[in-house]
Amino acid sequence: MIRNLTCIVCPKGCQLKVELDDANAKNVLAVEGHTCKRGEKYAHDECTAPMRTLTTTAAVEGGGVVPVKTDRVIPKEMMFECMKAVNTIRVPADAKLGDVVLENVLGTGANIVTTRNVQL
Amino acid sequence: MSNMMKVDLVIVGGGPAGMSAAVAAYDAGLRNILILERDRSLGGILRQCIHNGFGLHRFKEELTGPEYAYRYEVQVREKNIPFKLNTMVLDITPEKVITAMNSEDGLFQIEAGAIILAMGCRERPKGALNICGTRPAGVFTAGTAQKFVNMDGYMPGKKVVILGSGDIGLIMARRMTLEGAEVKAVCELMPYSGGLARNIEQCLNDFGIPLMLSHTVVEIHGKDRVTGVTIAKVDERRKPIAETRQYIECDTLLLSVGLLPENELTKSAKIPLSPITGGATVDQNRQTETEGVFACGNVLHVHDLVDYVSEEAEIAGKAAVAYLEGKALSGRNIKLATDGKVRYTVPQRITAEENVTVYFRVADVYRDVRIVVRDGENVLVNKKKQKVAPGEMESLTLTAEMIAGVTGDTLSFSIEQ
Repeated sequence: MIRNLTCIVCPKGCQLKVELDDANAKNVLAVEGHTCKRGEKYAHDECTAPMRTLTTTAAVEGGGVVPVKTDRVIPKEMMFECMKAVNTIRVPADAKLGDVVLENVLGTGANIVTTRNVQL
Repeated sequence: MSNMMKVDLVIVGGGPAGMSAAVAAYDAGLRNILILERDRSLGGILRQCIHNGFGLHRFKEELTGPEYAYRYEVQVREKNIPFKLNTMVLDITPEKVITAMNSEDGLFQIEAGAIILAMGCRERPKGALNICGTRPAGVFTAGTAQKFVNMDGYMPGKKVVILGSGDIGLIMARRMTLEGAEVKAVCELMPYSGGLARNIEQCLNDFGIPLMLSHTVVEIHGKDRVTGVTIAKVDERRKPIAETRQYIECDTLLLSVGLLPENELTKSAKIPLSPITGGATVDQNRQTETEGVFACGNVLHVHDLVDYVSEEAEIAGKAAVAYLEGKALSGRNIKLATDGKVRYTVPQRITAEENVTVYFRVADVYRDVRIVVRDGENVLVNKKKQKVAPGEMESLTLTAEMIAGVTGDTLSFSIEQ
């Protein structure tokens, strides 16, 4: 079975052709169309366990929001659950860029970190 | 006016272009620099672009917009490069006198030795689209919605249709979906998307949001608030086909239909603009047709990636310092001409025999083509490309040797089979 993917690793957006085992769609036999190693890894991950970085905002104590992200990729199907977890956070008003505001979100191994200082 | 200041280099705009230009000018030895920024902090539009994907070229890592901006803000602060926030520039004269105002200094004027224009761009508004219907609340540009959601923490609606598949529209489709809205469709007038392929994948396909190519919104419904839109397929002349009209219930319409370089100040300085880019026409130093005035970033031409904005701004920053030091920036005057399939190049002219990276966009999607650069009959570059598209900026480098060997006064850029 052939699966066509658009690589999301960089803005180039390489068109990938992944050959999968007909008996086991999670068994990647060959990848074509990538122009870097990260693209090849993406093709494997995407066909076995797709992962994404989540970026969103979290509420700040006393009002307002601050942008946050997962500091590593999380399983794609957990994005909405992670959104719910992030929505329970109250970020301290003195938080700085990179501060961990929620550790190991839903056991994914990823921390939620701020992506700017709360105070401008 | 009594408040006349003198500054060697004034940079208008404290976004990624302005900050990169300032840091480059500082690193080239200049200290008398002033950045004027109208917002309440440095960073420009990156502050609201909280998604990741920035900085892969520049920093070899994937950053969010605020993180990318912060890398430059830290440098501006550590180097003590002066900047004024909440400061609106009202006018620039051809003699490089800048009139600006803020609530601390009031109205003031600056006599600038050199100016770098880094005002960025703004979104094409609804008024430019001629959509029929009433004028209810609930119609926003994608960037306005992005500001509401990401900076102010408000959701502008629950059921959303997006017109235009530019990157901001795609990014907002995902953002609104994550925040609980239902994005019903992204309609694109053209038969191809204006956004990056990766954004179609991770912002639409990940969430099952349909991308309807060759479709447009023909009518907006609702009295006080949007209640729905009528969309239709368009023919090859981009005229809506009546039989294909369909109603979509929604409370919000987001527009992502193009970005326009914000050049009101450039016009007031009487600096010629390109009708195609909407920005100034520049040489390889990003010097406009007015000596000592440079332009970089989205005010010059709309970029896909901020990494290239930073790169361009550094060129302008360094060149502005060279200009202030009285170094000659010219010697040759070679025009870069395009065949229409190549829509434009930046720079539009080359004035020195040095390596020059030329950025360009194409008019349509072309497959299995060659990009050809000619000096008369002489072919300088003949580069194969599998696919080129209007949404993706291309570049090629002309070496100093190539430019030294140019015998005519024009280099022509074309797309050929």
